[in-house]
Amino acid sequence: MTPHTDRAADPALQRLVDQVHTAQAEGSALLLRGGGTKDFYGGALTGKPLEVGELRGICSYEPTEMVITARAGTPLRELEAALSTCGQHLAFEPPRFGAMGAQATVGGMVAAGLAGPSRAAVGGVRDFVLGACVLNGHGQLLRFGGQVVKNVAGYDASRAFAGSMGVLGVICEVSLKVPPIPAASSTVELPCEQAEALRLIHAWRRAALPLNASAWHRERLRVRLSGAVAAVRSAVQKLTEESGVRALDDDEAQRYWDGLRDHGEAFFSDRSERANPVPLWRVSVPSNHPPLDLAGETLIEWGGAQRWLFSNAPAEKIREVAKRAGGHASVFRAHPRAADFLAPLPAPLECIHRALKQAFDPAGIFNRGRLYPWL
Amino acid sequence: MNGQGQEDPRAAAVWVGRQAEVLEALGKVLPSSALLHRREETVAYECDALTAYRQAPLLVAIPESEAQVAEVLRVCHTLRVPVVARGAGTSLSGGALPHSHGVTLSLARLNRILHVDPVSQTATVECGVRNLAISEAAAPYGLFYAPDPSSQIACTIGGNVAENSGGVHCLKYGLTLHNVLCLKAYTVEGEAVEFGSQALDAPGLDLLPLVVGSEGMLAVVTQVTVRLTPTPQLARCIMASFGDIESAGAAVANIIAEGIVPAGLELMDRPMTAAVEDFVHAGYDLQAAAILLCESDGTAEEVREEIDRMRRVLERSGATRLEVSSDEAQRLRFWSGRKNAFPASGRISPDYMCMDSTIPRKRLAEMLRAIERMERKYGLRCVNVFHAGDGNLHPLILYDANKAEELHRCELFGAEILETSVHLGGTVTGEHGVGVEKLNSMCVQFSPEEREQMFAIKRAFDPAELLNPGKAIPTLHRCAEYGKMHVHRGLMPFAELPRF
Repeated sequence: MTPHTDRAADPALQRLVDQVHTAQAEGSALLLRGGGTKDFYGGALTGKPLEVGELRGICSYEPTEMVITARAGTPLRELEAALSTCGQHLAFEPPRFGAMGAQATVGGMVAAGLAGPSRAAVGGVRDFVLGACVLNGHGQLLRFGGQVVKNVAGYDASRAFAGSMGVLGVICEVSLKVPPIPAASSTVELPCEQAEALRLIHAWRRAALPLNASAWHRERLRVRLSGAVAAVRSAVQKLTEESGVRALDDDEAQRYWDGLRDHGEAFFSDRSERANPVPLWRVSVPSNHPPLDLAGETLIEWGGAQRWLFSNAPAEKIREVAKRAGGHASVFRAHPRAADFLAPLPAPLECIHRALKQAFDPAGIFNRGRLYPWL
Repeated sequence: MNGQGQEDPRAAAVWVGRQAEVLEALGKVLPSSALLHRREETVAYECDALTAYRQAPLLVAIPESEAQVAEVLRVCHTLRVPVVARGAGTSLSGGALPHSHGVTLSLARLNRILHVDPVSQTATVECGVRNLAISEAAAPYGLFYAPDPSSQIACTIGGNVAENSGGVHCLKYGLTLHNVLCLKAYTVEGEAVEFGSQALDAPGLDLLPLVVGSEGMLAVVTQVTVRLTPTPQLARCIMASFGDIESAGAAVANIIAEGIVPAGLELMDRPMTAAVEDFVHAGYDLQAAAILLCESDGTAEEVREEIDRMRRVLERSGATRLEVSSDEAQRLRFWSGRKNAFPASGRISPDYMCMDSTIPRKRLAEMLRAIERMERKYGLRCVNVFHAGDGNLHPLILYDANKAEELHRCELFGAEILETSVHLGGTVTGEHGVGVEKLNSMCVQFSPEEREQMFAIKRAFDPAELLNPGKAIPTLHRCAEYGKMHVHRGLMPFAELPRF
């Protein structure tokens, strides 16, 4: 754990601290920005930009500890390149949105908390955060967690920043667990209906096949098997013999999963450019729930736990179906931006949310309305 | 913490009056069989596994249902009575140490397994269900609950949630936090609240990481939905000997660098190996400076491939002897010593103090050398087991409590181990939690602003500050007092507090 006094030596960090102090004194709103690649996502963008992009660089990388620590403004691509030279990766496959040279940053990745196709198998963003240095609404630099996996000293505040959309504070630096890239990976596909796809995925999981990702769309199921060479090989063989699956070649497979991860895949991209695009919903439900009673083009990921849906249906209807299924639905992308992209919270949770906001950002300067309009 | 002030008759009278008031109020919501107030009934609740710290509570409530838990909380909130939740009381850090004017809320009777779902691979259980009981219930489906703290035969899942417990397999399978989907809980006011979801995420802020590991200070958890893992087809273990600590430490780093994530990776030093061999007679190599146990689990193909890779790394790293378990009985024999580290230590010394901290894996050799120096400095032996897979260290300092000044030296030894852990880039507690045991160390690991932020988080959940007050996060006042007694960066001895 580095001593607490060394932060002041960093001018970029000091600039951020100063801006926060000023905003706090004025009670004025700040809009936290990394690469701006997720501006389309979440609640309204309010406030004077606080550019975290200047705070960049990998502070330390210890492959034998499976830990990397990077400043929040570090481009995701730079981090991933460093990891791949040592055969490690961000197992949860965060999206890299952003055309025209815009680059996703490490801080933005954590703040948005979005994970890709492997999430159901390996865990979400939060599961890989080991620690973070954050700037709260008092302009105080706080370090929570650390660089080690087993650490139960105090509250796990660093992990709570994952998915917080910048409303609690500015992520300045984060330590992430970076496991090895699996020895082998293969993708197979099979034509089938949605209900059958869900049934097969669960059966294959029960059989302890090394299932790393799955996607069902338009009567076709694709799954990625990752792990030990022998395990992947025998799994592909078993699925070919028992279910008649077809294997994709490695390049096609890579393109497909990257397409799902970064939303370049046709399902996502075909609809985003139109004049009046249909809203894209992300429905998060228990994986074994049967097909949802919702009309619209749908793509099922995460073994059934993440269901994408293009739909003009009223928000209340979609939310009600998701809730009855034991989950929730959020607007992922809509134009114009949805007023409330997230499902409302029960009263006790809303109370805790307001109190936590007060605890970290009493003057309410950070990312007003970015998570909930009232936060 | 002292007793309830028996020496001061006025304070004692106030306490008795308060006890009667709370007893009467709780008697309206709980049957009398669920309320203990006589000293002979409550004495069993006066401590947890950190037996040196004892405190009689005002009374003990043992509800039989969630509805009763909610009622107890409502009553206590109205009367402003502190509430200390307790599972099996196996905490090694005093997390369940009662509050002198508080109610100890035992969750032991909430012990039903509600639902095991082999399709979604989850189980929903009440908080008082024992950790191992979850795996037993899941076994018929070829599933198990992965986090396996060594107290798993007794500890409850609610307690695991409170401490974010780990276990031998947590490098590969994660901590409690990574294996929990949803918590049903009650706030300090007795309102039902759900953290997480049956789905993989929930809207809004992710509160699960705050509540898991919160040592009973944010909410009282009554129901847990856990993730189950397919039981591995088989497991095999390599037992490797090393001629010096440095090469054992390097071997650990090399395994990880190879891209291997073993199911278990444990180290015992020579003195610990001698102690356990004498106890279990498993055929451990008494010449080795360190013994590494490396386990692989999965399908037959996965294990074959991984054992092969691990062997090559261990040989390359200078292992002087290598044995691979040929069957399950032998595998269990390899582990028997490691699992009996504590009782084996108890045989060779009247007392021992078990430390818990985490350091970056690569600093292991440095830490063990530092401990060797501390052995000479304090004139006490220290035997070590190390969850090498994740850097979690358990030094056991051996002493004789009958010799008062040995106890004092043991305290100083332990404190120096914790300080050294922080200095090497680690933390003062890997898995046992802070409780009361490490309150002072928290003054070293966190700045005043960080501690104040943690209090602010606590107040966001529990504005009345009634849930397990005084645990885990030291007050500014306490740290200031503690700081005054420092000359240098050394930690304060707990001279006035006995240890086991």
